[in-house]
Amino acid sequence: MSRGHASHFQSSEQQAQAARLGMWVFLGSELLLFGGLFALYAGYRAHAPQAFAEGIAHSSKGLGSTNTGLLLISSTLAALSVHAGRAGQRRRAALLLFGTMALGVAFLIIKLVEYRAHFRAGIYPGGVGQFFVQHPTPGLASFWTLYFAATGLHAVHVSVGLLLLAVTTAALLRGKLMAERLYPLENAVLYWHLIDLIWIFLWPLYYLA
Amino acid sequence: MTTVADLPRVEPNFLGAQTSVRSWLLSTDHKRIGILYFVATTLALGLGGLFALLLRIEHLTPEKTIMEAMTYNRLFTLHGITMVWLFMIPSIPAAFGNFLLPLQLGATEVAFPRLNLLSFWIYVLGAGVVLFSLWLGGVDTGWTYYAPYSSRSPSAVVPALVGIFIVGWSTILTGINFIVSVHTLRARGLSWMRVPLFSWTIYATSIIQVLATPVLGFSLLVVMLDHAFAWGLFDPAQGGDPVLYQHLFWFYSHPAVYIMILPAMGVVSEVVSTFAHKNPYSYKALVYSTLGIAFVGFLTWGHHMFVAGMSVFDAGAFGVLSMLVAIFSAIKVFGWVATLRRGSISVKAPLLYVFGFLFLFIFGGMSGVAVAAMSLDVHWHDTYFVVAHFHFVMVGGTLTAWLAALHYWFPKVTGKLYSERWAAVASALVILGFFGTFLPQFLLGNAGMPRRYYNYAPHYQALNVASTLGSWALGSGLLMTLGYLLHALVRGPSSGANPWLSRSFEWRTASPPPERNFEQPLDLGLDAYDYTAGFSDAERRP
Repeated sequence: MSRGHASHFQSSEQQAQAARLGMWVFLGSELLLFGGLFALYAGYRAHAPQAFAEGIAHSSKGLGSTNTGLLLISSTLAALSVHAGRAGQRRRAALLLFGTMALGVAFLIIKLVEYRAHFRAGIYPGGVGQFFVQHPTPGLASFWTLYFAATGLHAVHVSVGLLLLAVTTAALLRGKLMAERLYPLENAVLYWHLIDLIWIFLWPLYYLA
Repeated sequence: MTTVADLPRVEPNFLGAQTSVRSWLLSTDHKRIGILYFVATTLALGLGGLFALLLRIEHLTPEKTIMEAMTYNRLFTLHGITMVWLFMIPSIPAAFGNFLLPLQLGATEVAFPRLNLLSFWIYVLGAGVVLFSLWLGGVDTGWTYYAPYSSRSPSAVVPALVGIFIVGWSTILTGINFIVSVHTLRARGLSWMRVPLFSWTIYATSIIQVLATPVLGFSLLVVMLDHAFAWGLFDPAQGGDPVLYQHLFWFYSHPAVYIMILPAMGVVSEVVSTFAHKNPYSYKALVYSTLGIAFVGFLTWGHHMFVAGMSVFDAGAFGVLSMLVAIFSAIKVFGWVATLRRGSISVKAPLLYVFGFLFLFIFGGMSGVAVAAMSLDVHWHDTYFVVAHFHFVMVGGTLTAWLAALHYWFPKVTGKLYSERWAAVASALVILGFFGTFLPQFLLGNAGMPRRYYNYAPHYQALNVASTLGSWALGSGLLMTLGYLLHALVRGPSSGANPWLSRSFEWRTASPPPERNFEQPLDLGLDAYDYTAGFSDAERRP
């Protein structure tokens, strides 16, 4: 490790290239994971378009759209953090990551508030709850179950992303990531962008139309 | 013994470098991880094979022979789960791929050695959870976990699903590791179109692993939620659509067939070239057909669902796309046969298995073209015809290629030679036993015997007995193989560096290889299949 790269690589540039490619391939894999969710959504929406319109009318557009804004800003901060890292501004990069994480945590809190509101309204996954007694539209249960599955899986990804960012911030502050060896930061931020990107598709499907 | 091929080495080989248990279980050496995978997947093969033998014994008589109906249901489910996910998916890619990919690329490691070790232990964890479900009484849904039965079955569905979900992570991480290795770690001078053919198939397989496995993971996750919390996404009683489950499941599980067969094809390409001592008839055709199968494999899943409610147009489209796979496969088969033609052939155990492979794979492949046509499939669907078809490809194809790989690279890994005579006897037992087991099943299926049934009509008995006898020959061939290979491991004579006189890159270093794979960094501006130069006397000496 004396030359700054693992011995099976020729150079630290090659190691960074491998790490970046590895992350991109992993992101491709993640897209397919959510692809299954989108396929189910398409299938059930084609079965019951009215029920999906009714479900979307009941979702909390305000909170959902606020969350979209939070994630977009957090992604911007994350991208700025990479810029700062490349310029060798370690503290600035860490500060921007703290900002990213704060917004991510705020996203999760708002999500939980939303879930609580749904539970209070008698909406649970699997078509359980008072709401479905009052609204017996066929397909409505599928909409809400899918909603919980999609946003739940996304929330798990947000949590993993937060963990990844926290580890990266710690490494930054301990001086382990320099301008030449920045790929752990770049990879963590790439992952965060994917989380943002997936939400950009979940948002219209479950909140807008 | 100090022959030229056995010159004193600067480094100890990877087997002797460290010998503690810890140095094996926590090794990040791709060669040791390959061996760990080999041991684990072979144990899975033994377990899955035992289940199969028990199932065949049960079918000796039309009514109960040795087990209850519920036991039968659980055994065929576990046979499928173990063979597909614990043996066949990782058998060639994770075991042989790990050992050979860096050697064939002229690299000292895979791109992410620690991730590689993690993948192995994730596999072990997942396999453990699957076996835990066995202890809880097993699963009776069939390896396909078809909804809505899987949402309701009183058996231990959830642990079996969790186990496969975990194994899926191992598959994805291994895939990422191999893709990145091929992209970034090729030795100086090794351009893409000179990468050895086995590595090409591992590369294509890895792409399938990375893209298909998450869809399986997602589908199984939903079935888990359906079973554990009654979410009902695939349960029609709650407005769910079980056919959507089938689409998602086969979107993974059909490409998964190519995860199993592509590396087998890579093995055959290597063995044919080495034992004919001739360059492949067309290297490019073999590479492009590999990529073609990997791509088209994603577009054929619907042929599993011809009777599940599908428009005539869809069925036709899926049928034609499925037949494209046969075209790519035929290109390969002709390529291999043309490579053998006028080659300087030495008939050794690996090549015997390849002969078996060619015969069984053509048989299985052609029956695949037949079931890809909807009109025929409606007749054969859910009968033993389909069971025979996929066992011809999976066992006749993948298992024989796995045995070819095992015999071909055994000296590479251990530096020892096994008895060719015993190997020839065992290969005859395996191939004939296999044929005896599954040929009757084509006839049974065509005569209308449904699959997965505990009882059968008495007039099917003769063929069932034939099939069971075949399974005993197959099983004894495999046990014999285990016996003489273990004997060779301990007592076998030294093989020297290159006993088969191969030109492929992995044979250009000592056998077993040194810890760092090569004595000095390689410049691979060479052809892995260039046999024009012939061999020196020093190379010919055993």
